[in-house]
Amino acid sequence: MTDTNLLSVANLSVGYSTSQGVVNAVSDVSFDVRRNEVFGIAGESGCGKSTLIRALLRLLSNNGVSTATSITYEGEDINSFSDDKFRDAILWKRISLVPQSAMNSLNPVYRVGDQVIEAIRAHRSVSRSEARERVEFLFDVVGLQPELMRSYPHEFSGGMRQRAMIAMSLALDPGLIIMDEPTTGLDVLVQEQILRRVREIRAEVSSSIILITHDIAVIAEMSDRISIMYGGKIVESATAIDLFESPFHPYTLGLKNAFPSISVMDNELISIPGTPPALIGEESGCLFEPRCPFSDATCAQILPQSHSVGEMHQVSCHRHTDVTELREKASKKSTWHC
Amino acid sequence: MALLELNNVSRHFELRPGVVERVLRGGKTRVIKAVEAINLSVAKDEILGIAGESGCGKSTTCSMVAGLLPPSSGEVLYRDRNVGEMTSSELNDHRRRVQMIFQDPYESLNPRFRVSDIVSEGPRALRLWGEREIEEQVAAMLAGVGLPAGKYWDRYPHELSGGERQRVGIASALVMKPELVVADEPLSMLDVSIRAGILDLLKELSRQRNFACIYVSHDLSILANIADRLLIMYLGQAVEVGSVHDVIKNPKHPYTRALISAVPVPDPRVKRSPPKIVGEISRPVDPPPGCRFASRCPHADQSCSEVFIKLDTNSPLAHQAACHRLEQINSEAT
Amino acid sequence: MPEGFERGLLARITRTVGEHYRIIHANPLSRIGFWVVSVFTIVAIFAPWLAPHEPWAMQYDSEGSIASLRPPSLEFPVGTTHLGYDLFSQLILATRTTLIIGAVSGFISIVIGANIGLVAGYYGGKIDEILMRLTDVLYGMPFLPFIIILIALFGRKLEFVILAIVLIIWRTSARVIRAQTIAIKQRQFITAAKARGCSNLRIIYRHILPNVLPLLLLYAAFNIAWSIITEASASFLGFGDGTTISWGGMLYELWLSGKTRVAWWWFAAPSLCIITLVTSLVFVSRAYEEVANPRLRKR
Repeated sequence: MTDTNLLSVANLSVGYSTSQGVVNAVSDVSFDVRRNEVFGIAGESGCGKSTLIRALLRLLSNNGVSTATSITYEGEDINSFSDDKFRDAILWKRISLVPQSAMNSLNPVYRVGDQVIEAIRAHRSVSRSEARERVEFLFDVVGLQPELMRSYPHEFSGGMRQRAMIAMSLALDPGLIIMDEPTTGLDVLVQEQILRRVREIRAEVSSSIILITHDIAVIAEMSDRISIMYGGKIVESATAIDLFESPFHPYTLGLKNAFPSISVMDNELISIPGTPPALIGEESGCLFEPRCPFSDATCAQILPQSHSVGEMHQVSCHRHTDVTELREKASKKSTWHC
Repeated sequence: MALLELNNVSRHFELRPGVVERVLRGGKTRVIKAVEAINLSVAKDEILGIAGESGCGKSTTCSMVAGLLPPSSGEVLYRDRNVGEMTSSELNDHRRRVQMIFQDPYESLNPRFRVSDIVSEGPRALRLWGEREIEEQVAAMLAGVGLPAGKYWDRYPHELSGGERQRVGIASALVMKPELVVADEPLSMLDVSIRAGILDLLKELSRQRNFACIYVSHDLSILANIADRLLIMYLGQAVEVGSVHDVIKNPKHPYTRALISAVPVPDPRVKRSPPKIVGEISRPVDPPPGCRFASRCPHADQSCSEVFIKLDTNSPLAHQAACHRLEQINSEAT
Repeated sequence: MPEGFERGLLARITRTVGEHYRIIHANPLSRIGFWVVSVFTIVAIFAPWLAPHEPWAMQYDSEGSIASLRPPSLEFPVGTTHLGYDLFSQLILATRTTLIIGAVSGFISIVIGANIGLVAGYYGGKIDEILMRLTDVLYGMPFLPFIIILIALFGRKLEFVILAIVLIIWRTSARVIRAQTIAIKQRQFITAAKARGCSNLRIIYRHILPNVLPLLLLYAAFNIAWSIITEASASFLGFGDGTTISWGGMLYELWLSGKTRVAWWWFAAPSLCIITLVTSLVFVSRAYEEVANPRLRKR
């Protein structure tokens, strides 16, 4: 682990206790986020990406329990912090969050500007006018006119509310911003405006960003490195370009097939048969195995280890050595649907 | 002869102010012009995609085509017959021919009905066949969408996944053997890896069973894959129409250009440079005359807020854009 | 079609009954309530055979004297009235009357309330306004003066007691079911039903009704409970039907006798019965509350 790592997470697991048993929402996840990079976490609903973030920021609901070997931020072991210390020192100040459905995270009875001001003053002892100046600056950064500080959330469109949440996440100059599905539910042009803003902000502010989404196109365009999650685990990690030019994991191969692209029209889309796993109870073997056309006898019994297959490229699959053959087969529809 | 034609169809909704607003502010009735004077046509066997962002009127158009909402003006012609003038027995027949697939698989199925009841409901309501025949048709249809009757006959929606539910929705629309199917964003609430399967199913069924389809979506990547022709809408107006290849590779209208280039591509090696469009979509409440994109269009001039071009349905195969400044825009670019 | 999946009427009924059985037995409270209500129902059905004596027949004890105001004993498990009438027999026969009135009033009122709620909620507009004005008028109607007038005009007959109860009780369920109908009719599966060609009536009764059913059954149980209380109140005040005996009527006779302070058994038995039955009905309705509002279910 070197100095270039801003955040290091080792062996994070999250379980929810429900009336039907323990749901292993996140299993043994390890990853690093470097300075000044956009780290994308991609996966479909139920893969555990949102739970992962909530566990990191200690925002889990009562029946969730998270454990980790270590979580370090800028070299400090933040996993050992008490909840109070974490809330004071880390949340919003050094790691901030633009939550999912950020549009619904604003309190409808207070003006938007006031909410950001209060968020600042809750974490820093500054005067109200200093906080207001900061908020004016932040609104400018995200492309909102300062007069809009006096508006109420219901007067904002979805895109504007999203920008306000991004402004709030930048308020205390955090080194790491986590964006959970930042453009889901927004129109195409608004999404483009927001993503463009995020890129500009990143150039100016030099924070790192963890970007979480199920939209493969967005994550491909925005991220430097990408991790793909399935069933609560990271199945493949690589730089964005590496992941698209040389995918290894069958799930990644399947996703590539299933995602339509506006630039490649008329290609045949191939879906992945089956449904995501239930995550309850003990696991044995690879969770993707029931849906994987390439699984063999070991896959169902032995949990795949993480193998390094290139620079900054890891994959958790027994059959990574056969990847050339797998890639060829994966491009045919008959492989997936017989 | 086109299967379906919309001639100059508009749909307005009135917003009447409450008593308080009338007293305090002399409020007058405002009008939401959700769809403004659109012309479109669908030939049998073709898939027409309708794309646009929120507020563009595509869902309202869907409802009008499916007969759930009458137009405020203009005519909806099905096989040259005006739907608004149909007698009730003609309407019943029309219902069988035009069916709809809905967006939300978690909301479009009656939670108290079993799968067999859901799919049988249309034929029962329209009294198409006797009970015995209905059973056979339903079983065959379920098999046709990949849900074998032996396993799914008496399941409830809450026991099914999103993809399975959407298949039930498709089955219940297609069991009546319609000629035109209106699909309102059927994939947007499904997981990515499942969408391809449902899309494939729709493509295949439309080929097998010879029905035309109007596919409404905000997702141009999906439309690029399934549609034959594409209609782009903005704030209630139709702005461009043509074959899907023409519209996506050579968009003419400034809005279409901005829209197409703003769609992210799932390939990190591809760099886009979309034109910067400022502002946000407003609601079509008491909109100004003329082109509704004028206030945000980088190429707009004075005349744009006064003149509005309507697409011509007489030549349905041509690639047209509702903009009278196309030549100037092209010459500005060169 | 799966093998062995019966689609006959009998099979449908058995399946529906099974479903409701499961709903009621899922909740410990409603399970208790259900058994209690069942016991009362069995008593009501077999009342004439279960009651050892006539309700208004003077009883004599072993020494030949009138068994007046006897506290509960082996011979008279609930004691006797001041005129020597066996209260146990009265209690059993009154169970039948009370349950009949409760069930009939409850059933009629829920049928009226549900239909008005469904129609008003679905059609909206003028129909809704007219129906809701009607409901509001009846909300304003006070129960006692109303029943007094009815009885004064037409006499103390069972049918009028039931009529008066029904007319007062249907209004709450109408409002509630109307509200839920409005919520349900916006949902996409109703639009889908319209697109498939269903007529308005079909949508109301085939598509919406099954979805308001949990709420309806909840209010059915409530209505029966309220009917019982209302009837007991009316009878206690002397406005009940004079020819049959009900729990409220028993309390009325107690009051007339002036022996309230002395004959605690006379007071306790009917009161306990009323409380127990009503509470049990409310417990049963709890099971449907969870079905009607799934958020109440435990994780």
